[in-house]
Amino acid sequence: MSRADAVAAVLWIGVTLYAVFGGADFGAGLWSLLARGGEDSARARELIDRSIGPVWEANHVWLIFVLVVLWTAFSGAFEAIFSTLFIPLCLAALGIVLRGAGFAFHAVAGRAGGRRAAAAVFGIASLFTPFFMGTVVGAIASGRVPPGNAVGDPVSSWLNGVSLFTGALFLATSGYLAAIFLTSEARRDGDGGLERYFTARALAAAIVAGATALIGILAFRSDADYVYDRLTSQALPFVVVSAVCGLVVLAMLWRRTIRGTRVLAVVAVVMVVWGWGVAQFPYLLPETLTISDGAGTNTTLTEILIVFGAALLLVIPSLAFLYTLTQRRILEES
Amino acid sequence: MDPRIPLVLASDLLAAREQMAFTLGFHIVLASLGIAFPTMMLIANYIGLRRRDPVALELAQRWSKVAAVTFAVGAVTGTVLSFEFGLLWPRFTGRFGDAFGVLFVIEGVFFFLEAIFMTIYIFGWKRLSGWKHFMTGIPVAICGIGGAFSVVAVNGWMNQPQGFTLGPGGKLTEVEPLKVIFNPAVPYEVPHMILAGYLVTSFLIAAVYAVGMLRGRRDRHHRLGLLIPLTVGCILAPIQFMVGDTAARSIAHDQPVKFAAMECVQETHTHVTEYIGGRCTSEGVKGGIGIPGFDSFLVGFSTDTKVTGLDSVPARDRPPVNTLLHWAFDFMAGVGSLLILLGIWFGIAWWRRRDIPGTKWFLRGVVLAAALVLMTLEAGWIVTEVGRQPWIVYEHMRTDEAVTGASGIWVTFGLVVLLYALLGTAAILVLRAMSRRWRESARDDLDVPYGPRGEVFASAPTEVERR
Repeated sequence: MSRADAVAAVLWIGVTLYAVFGGADFGAGLWSLLARGGEDSARARELIDRSIGPVWEANHVWLIFVLVVLWTAFSGAFEAIFSTLFIPLCLAALGIVLRGAGFAFHAVAGRAGGRRAAAAVFGIASLFTPFFMGTVVGAIASGRVPPGNAVGDPVSSWLNGVSLFTGALFLATSGYLAAIFLTSEARRDGDGGLERYFTARALAAAIVAGATALIGILAFRSDADYVYDRLTSQALPFVVVSAVCGLVVLAMLWRRTIRGTRVLAVVAVVMVVWGWGVAQFPYLLPETLTISDGAGTNTTLTEILIVFGAALLLVIPSLAFLYTLTQRRILEES
Repeated sequence: MDPRIPLVLASDLLAAREQMAFTLGFHIVLASLGIAFPTMMLIANYIGLRRRDPVALELAQRWSKVAAVTFAVGAVTGTVLSFEFGLLWPRFTGRFGDAFGVLFVIEGVFFFLEAIFMTIYIFGWKRLSGWKHFMTGIPVAICGIGGAFSVVAVNGWMNQPQGFTLGPGGKLTEVEPLKVIFNPAVPYEVPHMILAGYLVTSFLIAAVYAVGMLRGRRDRHHRLGLLIPLTVGCILAPIQFMVGDTAARSIAHDQPVKFAAMECVQETHTHVTEYIGGRCTSEGVKGGIGIPGFDSFLVGFSTDTKVTGLDSVPARDRPPVNTLLHWAFDFMAGVGSLLILLGIWFGIAWWRRRDIPGTKWFLRGVVLAAALVLMTLEAGWIVTEVGRQPWIVYEHMRTDEAVTGASGIWVTFGLVVLLYALLGTAAILVLRAMSRRWRESARDDLDVPYGPRGEVFASAPTEVERR
């Protein structure tokens, strides 16, 4: 494994963590948006607030991490992606701003009207980022982002079947993860009503995500042959593990067995992300820019690996501390 | 500009610059709060624990809640800036990301730790015990400074780029990280910005309580809320003045054209007059107050010092809008001096009567200072950024070479202005609502920090009662 490959793996770890944790936070926004009317909805929104309140900012940092590692180690790919995919990335950023601000404001706004407006902004904006990030991934995977400054088509690069399906898949996956996590939270609270509430939503999201994935694979087949060919060969084990985990979770949800669903659902999502990574390998931008051609100087790559190592030593224990305090309900709004 | 580049592109460059300036100018206020607010709340927290002072603890708790809101908004406006590195300046990041990028990776680590411990601190008021809770706030303050170092060091590098080798075709072939990180602009730019963050935060918090006192709320809560930040601000103001003076002298040496634009020096010569205010024209300053020889003296401690003029480079290599630059620079120096005067006033009153000056004019001065400090923060960034033009990487890459090939930046710029106007308004409304709620709840149920233990503090004599 070359140094560039190692840094690409580091980048991919960041992508994975953002997809899982950031994705779940956005998915929670989706459920918050859909929780309208009825006594259950109010409690559901409360549980969502309590669950993501202490963690969403830390989870969001994974995106920053991905961006800075990408522009430091693979600056050419960063240039190509951000200039060609200007429109969806602007919309994803819009979602980030509105989601963060909406969430931060909705609990502390002065009037009930302000709180409702902020909550609605939080919910709607939560749909933007996963969807448009998905279209970005679809554009990259289908080879529509050539190297250079805004060389690709500004519109058709991300407004196409593969991109739209990937966007929908990201959205469904986020909702799926969030519903699974929230089911466990409700269970720990001993709230049987909410546990059923989120189990039903997890089931629905699982079915939508599964169906989207199936149609998405067909879209990839007709339009992104490089990635499709490898998804069905080298990366096939990842796809299979993901599918199996997904099906097991589905069966468990059906039988209302909650214990273990979180881990399996996470594995299912992680396998998709790594399957995509393996399918793209050795390309950053399929068939136009490889990892080794797109990588920066060796000094910079080494530096990133050193900083990443230091970050692991500092950030992982801190994150573990935060999650432990959250799970033990030591952290609460005062 | 290359005449072959169509007009649309040329105008997109302007839009990209305006959008960058606007989003950075917005974020820098929140970033300043991110740098210094944690320290303020920790000082109040320390006083509260040390002197068993419930009022100080209450201040610390409320400040942490305000910091939580501004931190969240700062996190998203900061993310917008990282997107803009690619959305607006893909050529810049594409070519030089290899060199400066690692500073942002380091910043990412600081930001991560800051976000984690900020959350623990904010959500830990009830269930964590006093000193343990205080300790969880310390990494926040340290990471705020570390993050500021990393980001401002990148800006320093754009002003004083070094530590890289460009191969054929402009591709980076070699990077020397330590030279990049500790570039010559770091020793003055980094402390100048961190101190600016502390000054902005100090005076903004102090002004909130000064307004309250002007409205007749002269309780201990307001007094302490004013005293803590005002003391920090007044101590740091003279230090910032000296750092700023050093920075200006270093710029005269490192980026003489930027300095010439700041002072509107048209021709290289000695015994250069220092102008305060005035309009910058191609024949020099019109209408300002001139102090003969003083500009030379400021640069080299002697009126014989030669100051490089704008004529040392062709017109296309000079910064635009020199009058704006000149005013922004004078404004910084002027407000710096006023802050020192305010500090002396405060210092004398404290030395004589252990109290803030009795007159309402002092409180009004504090409020005015907050407004001026905010404007100075923006003026400082105007000097740094506009003064570096037409370069994005000084003498290595022009801003027009760095801009995105995507079109429609005027549209995004317009939307960003609208979005940030809403964001800023909402943030101010929310903070005001929080303050109103606290005022209303102050009479009946006190939300005491550290759960039941708070009662111990409540029964302990406060500083005022002892006296």
